[in-house]
Amino acid sequence: MFRITALDFYYGDFRAVRDVNVDISGNEISAVIGPSGCGKSTFIRCLNRMNDLIPGTRVGGRIEYHGQDLYGSNVDPIEVRRRIGMVFQKPNPFPKSIYDNVAFGPKVNGIKQNMDDLVEESLQRAALWDEVKDKLKQSAFSLSGGQQQRLCIARCIAVRPDVILMDEPCSALDPLATNRIEELMIELKREFTIVIVTHNMQQAARVSDRTAFFTTEVNDQAQRTGILVEVDRTEKIFTAPSDQRTEDYITGRFG
Amino acid sequence: MTSPVLERRSGADRIKGRAFHLFLLSCLGLGLVCLVVLLVQVVTKGLPRLNIDLFREFPSSSPRRAGARSAIFGTIWVVGICGLLVVPVGVAAALYLEEYADTTRWYNRLIEVNIQNLAAVPSIVYGILGLGFLSRGPLNLGFVVLAGSLTLALLVLPIVIITSREAIRAVPNSIRLGAYALGATQWQTIRRQVLPSAVPGIATGSILALSRAIGEAAPLILLGGLTFLTFNPTGLDSPFTVLPIQIFNWISRPQEEFRVLAAAAIVVLLAILISMNAFAIFVRNRYERRW
Repeated sequence: MFRITALDFYYGDFRAVRDVNVDISGNEISAVIGPSGCGKSTFIRCLNRMNDLIPGTRVGGRIEYHGQDLYGSNVDPIEVRRRIGMVFQKPNPFPKSIYDNVAFGPKVNGIKQNMDDLVEESLQRAALWDEVKDKLKQSAFSLSGGQQQRLCIARCIAVRPDVILMDEPCSALDPLATNRIEELMIELKREFTIVIVTHNMQQAARVSDRTAFFTTEVNDQAQRTGILVEVDRTEKIFTAPSDQRTEDYITGRFG
Repeated sequence: MTSPVLERRSGADRIKGRAFHLFLLSCLGLGLVCLVVLLVQVVTKGLPRLNIDLFREFPSSSPRRAGARSAIFGTIWVVGICGLLVVPVGVAAALYLEEYADTTRWYNRLIEVNIQNLAAVPSIVYGILGLGFLSRGPLNLGFVVLAGSLTLALLVLPIVIITSREAIRAVPNSIRLGAYALGATQWQTIRRQVLPSAVPGIATGSILALSRAIGEAAPLILLGGLTFLTFNPTGLDSPFTVLPIQIFNWISRPQEEFRVLAAAAIVVLLAILISMNAFAIFVRNRYERRW
């Protein structure tokens, strides 16, 4: 699905991520783990060109999506973001009704379909329908944090993306809400490719098929650059990592 | 024995604290007292003429028959047109500065600094501008409603821009990112998410700006707003007068009865101002968003 080669990412002159090479395959959950500031979020935001919105940033190397260069000159970042959706760390529903939150994406993308059906279907697939079906016109802010996050997932599903990127989607949630989102992710991987950034190693171990471990490298000017240490099947990373730094991290010796 | 660190501070420190508190309260009290005295004085003085005739009669050389009809209608015309002109332009400028402008560019910073300075320019200067460029000079509109509205629009434009920018800035960035992540374009994000969320703030700021415009006399006097009009404005090209000018005119008359009339007109002006501000507060509370 994705083939990433020699990816560098710069904020101005500062190189935040260096030389990432990894393939991400379809219909599985890939987890990205690593200590704070290692460029995990920056990395996945390259995948849907979210970083384009930050002035002064630059991408080096190549990201291929279904064989097409994501940063090619004829690629429209708007279209990229429609195909590759994103769920953020803090639930960020729009200050509108539950219904309008889900309907927004299809509307701006000109999806022609019965909107009521599409909203219901999306909420059902995000395992939220039963909780909200009687209050679709209420403000999204009336929902709990976990429900808001599932609403954000429903909103993302409604535009029928191919990939869902999740940037620490559970870090603002309690364990029960986290559990529901994890179940949902396993449910969703049948239809979508999911890339999740997480601080929580147990979470990566529970849900993901493959895990990429990032860490920071400090150069002589005390600048911290994120690098990909290793990527492998999740069981392998957590039982027999091939790199000492990975082992140190997963056994809790640092990070 | 109690531990020394838990004992009360020395008496002097506490007295200073109390004194400062009292000082602040008395400043607030002084302001309120002045306002109340002013209101009571104006209302008691204007009460005899505060009746329907004030709204029904045109100005007249005979104080008994004089009313503020043309001034009230003139105010509605001038400020109404001013609002129609200033709100779209002000919101558009604010959107440009907040959402599109690259603030590292010198010309955008120049615009910003200028808008802040313009907000501090005395209103009489706008009157001179209006006279030189709108009423006479290049545009040569004459002393008409449109010239008055344009002058007031220029006067309050910086206020509308500044308050709209604050409202737009208060919309959390997570909302914009959420919209972009769904494949929305910048225009769709602004049109469907940012602007609707900023509307309460924009509305409040615009109403407050227009209530400033309503009270302005100086620039319109310079423009040639007339004081003795026995007809209501009929269009953008009509001569006009407004309440503050009418009040100014009546107060400068020698007859005592005109002063009573002026006080009554002041009460009307204050009532309009206070209801506009109350409406602004209502809008703010009603649509206020908590993120």
